[in-house]
Amino acid sequence: MVTLNINGKDLNVDVDPSTPLLWTLRDHLHLTGSKYGCGKALCGACTVHVNGAATRSCVLPVSAVAGAKITTIEAVDGNAVGKAVQDAWIAESVAQCGYCQSGQIMSATALLSSNKHPTDDEINAAMSGNICRCASYPRIRRAIKRASAALA
Amino acid sequence: MYHLNKPASHQAMQTESSSDDHTSATTRRDLLKAGSALTVAFFLPWGISAAEKAAGAVHVLEPNAFIRIGQDNLVTVISKHLEMGQGTYTGLATIVAEELDANWSDVRVEGAPANAKLYNNLQWGPSQGTGGSGSIANSFEQLQKAGATARALLINAAAKQWSVSASEIMIQNGVISHASGKSAHFGELVDVASKLPMPTDAKPKKAADYRLIGKPIQRIDAREKSSGRAVFTQDIQLPGMLTAAVAHPPRFGAVLKSFDATKAKAVKGVQAVVPFKTAARSGVAVIATDFWSAKQGRDALQIEWDESKAFKRSSEELFAEYRALTQKPGQSVRNDGNVEQALKSAAKTFEAVYEVPYLAHSSMEPLNCVARIGAGECEVWNGEQFQTNDQGVIAEFLDIPPSKVRIHQLYAGGSFGRRANALSDYVVETVAIAKAANLSVPLKLVWTREEDTRAGFYRPMFVHRVQAGVDAQNNIIAWHHRVVGQSVLSGTNWLKKGEVDGASVEGIKTLPYHIANLSVDAHTPELQVPTQWWRSVGSTHTAFAVECFLDDIARATQQDPFELRRKLLTKQPRHLGVLNTLLEKSSWKKERESNVALGMALHESFNTVVGQVARVRRVNGKMKLEHVTCVVDCGLAINPNVVEMQMESGIGYGLSAALTGAITLKDGHVQQSNFDDYTVLRMNQMPEVEVHIMPSTNKPTGVGEPATPVIVPALVNALATLNGKPIRSLPLSAQGIELA
Repeated sequence: MVTLNINGKDLNVDVDPSTPLLWTLRDHLHLTGSKYGCGKALCGACTVHVNGAATRSCVLPVSAVAGAKITTIEAVDGNAVGKAVQDAWIAESVAQCGYCQSGQIMSATALLSSNKHPTDDEINAAMSGNICRCASYPRIRRAIKRASAALA
Repeated sequence: MYHLNKPASHQAMQTESSSDDHTSATTRRDLLKAGSALTVAFFLPWGISAAEKAAGAVHVLEPNAFIRIGQDNLVTVISKHLEMGQGTYTGLATIVAEELDANWSDVRVEGAPANAKLYNNLQWGPSQGTGGSGSIANSFEQLQKAGATARALLINAAAKQWSVSASEIMIQNGVISHASGKSAHFGELVDVASKLPMPTDAKPKKAADYRLIGKPIQRIDAREKSSGRAVFTQDIQLPGMLTAAVAHPPRFGAVLKSFDATKAKAVKGVQAVVPFKTAARSGVAVIATDFWSAKQGRDALQIEWDESKAFKRSSEELFAEYRALTQKPGQSVRNDGNVEQALKSAAKTFEAVYEVPYLAHSSMEPLNCVARIGAGECEVWNGEQFQTNDQGVIAEFLDIPPSKVRIHQLYAGGSFGRRANALSDYVVETVAIAKAANLSVPLKLVWTREEDTRAGFYRPMFVHRVQAGVDAQNNIIAWHHRVVGQSVLSGTNWLKKGEVDGASVEGIKTLPYHIANLSVDAHTPELQVPTQWWRSVGSTHTAFAVECFLDDIARATQQDPFELRRKLLTKQPRHLGVLNTLLEKSSWKKERESNVALGMALHESFNTVVGQVARVRRVNGKMKLEHVTCVVDCGLAINPNVVEMQMESGIGYGLSAALTGAITLKDGHVQQSNFDDYTVLRMNQMPEVEVHIMPSTNKPTGVGEPATPVIVPALVNALATLNGKPIRSLPLSAQGIELA
């Protein structure tokens, strides 16, 4: 049994401590917004926040995050930055297939939480770990800038 | 529950009481009768907002197979096509909402059940499926009629209710009104409308009256896809559901010999370990309560494969063989004039060989499927691209009628063609495993990224040999094109025995450039490596060869690439229109800095013409693709926002292939496995994309694929200009060319 603080709630979950956070979220806690794409922290579809930092949950054993504050896409609109990012994502029609977008939004929210006005290079640095096979990249960039402006 | 009397014209489509094809339609109606008001609520037990809202509706007006209108005013558009990112749910709903004059915010979309009669793909049926960039193109008139008919029905209902003439009634934004001051929302007329005969003469709107079509309205799935709420196959959770992880053969054609599951079964959560066999492959599945347990079990398996008949060759060897084949005549598919003679009499001749490797689709959502086998029936939850094919394959596998296979349509996290598999490989694999384990609970099959990359069904590798000759004025007078590569249609009904696969030569057989002496032939080697259509299919390699060769000739004869093409397109007004607009909108005519090069390309696929100019800059020895100007003629653009997205998306997808995309074989082993060795385009490499849509009153044509084949030659032509030498083999990384 592992106790995890997820989206502001302490939850007990009966998994082996080596189980990745992603599969604990998806299969045991039914929080399916975070996605499986590669299992090796290569694509970013599984990105969640651990104490506010964008983190790939597919390679993160739950034992490493006991006691940490974990936020998933399901609760990202609970803070102003996350809400602004989500609104910008909708306004810019970023999502196509949408499968990677939870991870994209989590990475973008973490970026804007620490850097309110990122440059293009800073956006590249923060977002290049998140793959989008639909190549929604130009709209992701626009949405980050829109959210940044909305937060100003 | 109210049923409508269907006019004769609809009876051919609505066969729910007469044949095997009725399952899905009847199911929905039965459910409605039973008081459970919406299909969605039935198969997604946690529900979604639209489902919850509609669940309160007691009466539903169902004028045809594509529209339901609830008393809550919600208009549900039934999509016969898969939404895999291309925006089809938005486009299809827009057509219906336009004709119906619905309030856009009241419109919802639901995936149709499998039914070839109701939901036939009018471009390539009789079958239900999505592909060939044809969702809007084949649905446009069908949905115009569906929407206009429903609108006329609502007007008749209002006329009856208010005792006024139908001709005096208006509909705007979901409100039906009369000059007397009477008005009603759609929902208020559901009861009355459901008792009226179906209008048979409803006419679609004139384009001048459009208020939704042609406007860049927001995607209908934007909110749920920006909040983690959109439901993909990967997200399905059902009571009692188990999850399977699989071990696939290490080489194509290897078969399972034996396995030891002792260690796998010792993993906590593992319920069963079973062998399976389908037409695509054999393997071992580990079934557990959750994916991670299943995967741990899978990793603990010890398996022996019989590789005696397995494919053990390497890419290099295959390329050498293909190159040798380009020296021998292939099967002719086009022969205009006399190419041999024209080449002999030419002032100058040119020859080039172009090579492209196998490519995996690599959608973000690795392949997966959920299936439950019951007594004499089967239920499937999937992002379905090939509904009735999959239905038929499952039915045959289980020896039950197709009507007993019920498919619930979900969003797909990409596909790019992969989810439409002629053998239904991953779908029937799910069923085969459930059957082997004798499960009565639902089973979710989850492939890892590695299985997704290595399971085959690739865009085939190809070698092209092209020869051309010009006259003394540098006009191209002869073109001989030989194509060597596997068929993607082989084994499907779409390829007649003895014919060359049209997909191998599309874009060359149908070359838009007028060249008096033109011959095209092909060799179609048969190999055990499974192949499949991949976003824009044959155009992925034919556009590369044709457009790069034209630029080679332009450089060698010192002609402007636009001018060279223009001379050959005098009989092609759409191509010329795109070409001229591209010249106008791009910076082609402006002076270029010495470290900047532009490359252009033009190609028609799926009845859509796309032209692009790519701008590459060299800074500190590194080359960067900065900007792409893209012009598209796709007929009437239902939603310009979605068209733009698809141009951007197609360009990004094509760039992955151009830059680094390659599946290579070494002694039959696929050498790539995940995004570290099968690398794809990332944010920092994506150029700015500027899209111009040609104004058009023609019927809509495809947009999902046609941008993909064009970016590859446009980029390569820019690089060739910058470096002063042609590039004839992909990916660029294998030629030592890396882009910043």
